[in-house]
Amino acid sequence: MQIIQPHYHAIARTAQDYERMAMSGVVAVAEPAFWAGFDRLYPETFLDYFRQISEFEPTRAAQYGIRHFSWVAVNPKEAENPTLTREVLKHFPEFFAKPTVLGVGETGLHKSTKNECESLEAHVEIAMKHDQLVLIHTPHLADKAHGTKRVLEVLAGMNVNRERIWIDHVEEQTIRPCLDAGYWVGFTLYPITKCSPKRAVDMLEKYGTERILVNSSADWGPSDPFTLQECILEYRRRGHSLQEAIEVFHNNPCRFLGQNPKFDIRPIRVETATEAVATA
Amino acid sequence: MLSPTQVVEAYFLESRHQLLEIAAYLDRYDAAVARAGDRNGAAAADEKKLILIRRALEIVAEGKPARERTIALLELFATV
Repeated sequence: MQIIQPHYHAIARTAQDYERMAMSGVVAVAEPAFWAGFDRLYPETFLDYFRQISEFEPTRAAQYGIRHFSWVAVNPKEAENPTLTREVLKHFPEFFAKPTVLGVGETGLHKSTKNECESLEAHVEIAMKHDQLVLIHTPHLADKAHGTKRVLEVLAGMNVNRERIWIDHVEEQTIRPCLDAGYWVGFTLYPITKCSPKRAVDMLEKYGTERILVNSSADWGPSDPFTLQECILEYRRRGHSLQEAIEVFHNNPCRFLGQNPKFDIRPIRVETATEAVATA
Repeated sequence: MLSPTQVVEAYFLESRHQLLEIAAYLDRYDAAVARAGDRNGAAAADEKKLILIRRALEIVAEGKPARERTIALLELFATV
């Protein structure tokens, strides 16, 4: 089955992950800009990072037949340095011109501070101004519900195209308001700290499959790109058809990411070929 | 050996995850019952295992159990 990993931090992963993903049907990954594990000090550090994910990483993925796309952002954890954020934002249009950059992300909130909210607003504003897609990170664990509410409040005060915004890391307590407001949502599958494959399938069964993306994120922390395949297995094991699985794990990413014409992978449909069986 | 604080911190997220999985399991069952109800169905023919899970959760929640919770649960599950 063909699979798209819509949120994947490739620079933190090995070539073996690419190889195994390719062998398991992954045809494309999209890499949002991420936190490096420490707060960066210089705008140039971000620019080199953006070059890495928009220029170098596609060549590494291509060795395994995987298409690689990316996003640019200052991570919410680094939004407490507004001067740095402003300096980096000035360079976004250079990267919007790159052939594989799809938009702005992952922006969003971590502790939902004033600086974070202003950074989120500035990120969304520049994305809308340049007709880019937006990927929004919502906080983890204890801050999840409050942070997601704040994200929705910030967005509600802006002139945005909701169909072009993806609110990620939703869970059972946050999915409904995001979907009801007209945004795309993402489930992020992690071994322990975020959503599990089984819970993701529970939500697919409860809310349907429209405007929902599923990803493994897979970064430098405890994470596993194959939680996505685990989720597909769970989905199929509950009796959902191959086409239904393709709709969620391949076609939905095509529908959202394909709003940027650079993402040119199209939804697919499985058909049974009618062929005459040769007889001896 | 770990200190009490180290135990709390080291295994909190893992325990949180496991409890969420159990909560989702019970929600999944309720949703399945509701769907079956739509088709004039009902609960599972035998809910004994589900009753055991609920009893196990009560044992887990005991503040000062008379014996180790793990042993009590293993004995409980041995009855299935």
